[in-house]
Amino acid sequence: MGETSINFAKASSAALQDQQLRGNFRRAMDGLMSKRAVQFADTAEWNGVRALGASVRLRALSKLPELLEKLEANCTRNGIQVHWASTTDEANAIVLSIMQRVNAKLVVKGKSMVSEEMHLNAFLEKHGIESLESDLGEYIVQLDEAMPSHIIMPAIHMNTKQIAHLFKQKIKEAEYTEDVAQLTDLARRVLRKKFATADVGISGVNMAVAETGTLCLVENEGNGRMSTTVPPVHIAVMGLEKVVEKLEDVPPVISLLTRSATAQPITTYVNMISSPRKEGEKDGPNEIHLVILDNGRSGIYADEELRNTLRCIRCGACMNHCPVYTKVGGHAYQAPYPGPIGSILMPQVEGLEKRGELPHACTMCNACVEICPVKIPIVEIMGRLRSEAVHPGDAVRGAGSHASKAEAMVWKGWSMTYASPLAYQFATALLAKLGNAAPASLPLLKEWTNVRSKPRFANRTLHALAREKGIPDV
Amino acid sequence: MSESRNAILGKLRAGRDAHPLTPPESDFAVLRNKRWEGAERLERIRRMMEAVHTEFLETTEVDWPADVQAFLKAQGTRNLLFGPATEAGARLSSEWTEGGPELVPYADRVETFKERLFDGIDAGITTTLGAIADTGSLIVWPTPEEPRLMSLVPHMHLALLRADALYDTFWQAMTENRWADGMPTNALLISGPSKTADIEQTLAYGVHGPKRLVVVVIR
Repeated sequence: MGETSINFAKASSAALQDQQLRGNFRRAMDGLMSKRAVQFADTAEWNGVRALGASVRLRALSKLPELLEKLEANCTRNGIQVHWASTTDEANAIVLSIMQRVNAKLVVKGKSMVSEEMHLNAFLEKHGIESLESDLGEYIVQLDEAMPSHIIMPAIHMNTKQIAHLFKQKIKEAEYTEDVAQLTDLARRVLRKKFATADVGISGVNMAVAETGTLCLVENEGNGRMSTTVPPVHIAVMGLEKVVEKLEDVPPVISLLTRSATAQPITTYVNMISSPRKEGEKDGPNEIHLVILDNGRSGIYADEELRNTLRCIRCGACMNHCPVYTKVGGHAYQAPYPGPIGSILMPQVEGLEKRGELPHACTMCNACVEICPVKIPIVEIMGRLRSEAVHPGDAVRGAGSHASKAEAMVWKGWSMTYASPLAYQFATALLAKLGNAAPASLPLLKEWTNVRSKPRFANRTLHALAREKGIPDV
Repeated sequence: MSESRNAILGKLRAGRDAHPLTPPESDFAVLRNKRWEGAERLERIRRMMEAVHTEFLETTEVDWPADVQAFLKAQGTRNLLFGPATEAGARLSSEWTEGGPELVPYADRVETFKERLFDGIDAGITTTLGAIADTGSLIVWPTPEEPRLMSLVPHMHLALLRADALYDTFWQAMTENRWADGMPTNALLISGPSKTADIEQTLAYGVHGPKRLVVVVIR
């Protein structure tokens, strides 16, 4: 992808016209929100575990460089080979060099958002390596040659009928069926053969424990366990913020993650990996590689306020509760991370030139902040990024790239009017007289009035009415 | 790639030192205070796991090998993968009777066993280190005698659970047993059969891992 700005307004407007898509999202998001509420019905428990989760993430960030070194030392001692990548290009090159050394032709992948960030599938295909997604949702999206529309439920934008057609069209042995159990079973049969023959398994990491050198993965399907156990080589990719200090930090974060993400008290599997196959063990990979990716995160970390973005545990609850995301869906963001967290993360990772529009994909209603299990001040960061986009500076890449002289002048005029009682009186009196005469089709006004009725101005100002009641102007 | 390593760590250190962060205390009371008394633990585990399609087989120390065999025979299971070198494995092989499902030992490295494991095994049986009341989860630590794939690849997973090895929370299980002093190659929590809701949020069981999970409760 180039550095050109991505047009969220256009994409979201198209999404809003798609009744099928809106129905699919509405149904899914309503279900997720009500089920999550049941999981956190005990307010005292929610407050306690949330405070604990936030403290675990903040403690990890407070010692981030030391914990990463400790993680590296303990993983290495356990036999896990650790690699560091400043950029996604570098991370891809590391993965490829491991593949080439073992002459890999087929890779099975567990779900990993960092690998989406790396566009790893496309990169591997380019080098002649088949890279197969094995999480059912990711598998569907890959068959459809699309991008995930949600970080937890990648194929949430599609309904059963659409998936049934897709399977019939793309899988050789498929019979057309809309029976979910049969569709699932078909994917099971196709993918089992792949697990058994894959040369390398790739996974993400939900949490890496510095204290023990352990990689934690949560999942329901078993594809994560397959990808990390059956192939002779396992490569795990993680963003550098995913480290926690102690093993005992894992339970509260997992509890918040699974309940917030899919309203489950726990996922079917919690998979904790601390070493490759040891002498005498009969299965498991002979090699494990951990690729720690920066890709702009160390820059985010340098800013005291923006740093809070890195608390994220990737549960996706902010999406499910966002009045914007639930209407337009994930694809409108054209980013691996959509929704509120994507709107603050993507501009910081890829720069404001390209992603400066995303912090505006927000009504500032605070719904995401209220349900964020680790209390990220998403809306404050959203406001900060809007400001960064129009003021040159060095905290965020592309700061100032969206500065507009006209906008600056409007704000200047507005603030001058509000700073001067005389100017304010004049402006309100003028609008009371002329406001209703202004046609709804005026260029700027039209943006508002083409989907809403034009507000009617009272013909006398509040000040004038107050004076009549004997309340003097100050 | 140590160049990137040093650049990343250097940048992080500079960023943190310019704006140090004081985190709030981590208060684990919310986990410490989660308690269930006596019989409540197993009842809760059973209720939570049954809600996600786990099956339960109640038995005793004396009868479990025979009960497992009778159960599998009734299901029409052709064979059972087991770890011959464990105590439970020894009981199975000595008490297994003619005419039941075939007992298959996981005796070789997966490289020589993969084809049969993926294509010819109906069920696998493993021990557990106990279960967790809070979430309805089994604690499984695979070993050289009970390899990792035994609880994953066969279509049915049977898990032996001693009714006195129960914990309140995941946190309690790991802190009381000092897991942090030495983690195994792989440690697992298993809370049901494999499942997915990736097709229009409709739950379907048995997507990649076992289609059925049977907890054999030994009292």
